[in-house]
Amino acid sequence: MTTPSQTVGPYFALGLLERRANELVPDGIRITGRVLDGAGEAVPDAMVEIWQADEEGRYQPDFGWGRSGCDTEGRFSFVTRKPGRVQGQAPHLSVLVFARGLLKPVRTRMYFPDEEEANAADPVLLAVDDSSTLIARPMDGGLEFDIRLQGDGQAVFFAL
Amino acid sequence: MLETVRDGEGPDPPYLYPDYRSTGLRAPKRPLVVLPHTLSELTGPAFGHESVGELDHDLTRQHEGEPLGERIIVSGRVTDSVGRPVRSTMIAIWQENAAGRYRHQVDQHPAPIDPNFTGAGRCLTDDEGQYRFVTVKPGAYPWGNHPNAWRPAHIHLSLFGRAFTNRLVTQMYFPGDPLFEFDPIFQSVRDPKARSRLICDFELERTVEEWALGYRFDVVLGGSDETPMEA
Repeated sequence: MTTPSQTVGPYFALGLLERRANELVPDGIRITGRVLDGAGEAVPDAMVEIWQADEEGRYQPDFGWGRSGCDTEGRFSFVTRKPGRVQGQAPHLSVLVFARGLLKPVRTRMYFPDEEEANAADPVLLAVDDSSTLIARPMDGGLEFDIRLQGDGQAVFFAL
Repeated sequence: MLETVRDGEGPDPPYLYPDYRSTGLRAPKRPLVVLPHTLSELTGPAFGHESVGELDHDLTRQHEGEPLGERIIVSGRVTDSVGRPVRSTMIAIWQENAAGRYRHQVDQHPAPIDPNFTGAGRCLTDDEGQYRFVTVKPGAYPWGNHPNAWRPAHIHLSLFGRAFTNRLVTQMYFPGDPLFEFDPIFQSVRDPKARSRLICDFELERTVEEWALGYRFDVVLGGSDETPMEA
């Protein structure tokens, strides 16, 4: 039997945010967003992790992972490059959100708004009800990707 | 359409567990979409030896003096769900000190901070999936979830595994803690067998005479056991 998950609690910064890990490349696309709860309030004690392929769509052991804490507004940020397509899927990031009050992380994906054609053919986007929650919005030369945990506009979350 | 599932199957706790109040506004309410396993799910990051310092596994040697408290060794083995060792995977831990206080600005519990204890460590598993930390036994502390709420002593663990679907953050508890039955975070794991996986075992064989008590905590990672094809 697998070891069950438990919440990261409120003090995870002690062990998990002691080193900055949100800039995957020195210059690239800035992705920011807010983690919001079912009342639309910021979740400041959340942490977001991403995993992505490189620009050629290859997964590399030493590139593609990032982690960001959230500020008092619930805002996280990453600087990265857009990944290539992977196995016919549109470019995307795998996203995990951890927080106090989440007994296990939520798992979602972020897609890119300038990939309309690839997004329209993506097997995951095609197969969910509310794919708009999975596509980032252009903002100030970068991208914005809010993650609503509950309520109106709740993101699509995945099970394995 | 992809298949959807209701939350709460398997050994993990459900998102919504009302006794743990903070789940109320943070638990997703819509059914979960079952994600096909593509390379995005079958791969994950690797962290090399350069990301771990020589003393990162020893929380008692990170300051000028030694921390107060009962010195303990926490060691064990990380395997996948079919029992194969998970090698060279990063484990990070963080914990409260022996008095039940975290070195974190949000923690206002009026218990002393120990200047010789930060409470964070990391290491990589070896070729057999084995890991080992040296630390002090953490204390219980109050947390305001309900009247007279106390967390049983625990150490937080973060693990990666081979794939991003293996990612696990959990808490390790100590055997025989009288607070288990009152703790909604521990009780959120509904299956008693699964719950018992969160409790370490005291082992005399891991205990070092005249120096430190030894506890064993083995971790079994879920998620994908498939090995991705080389690209």
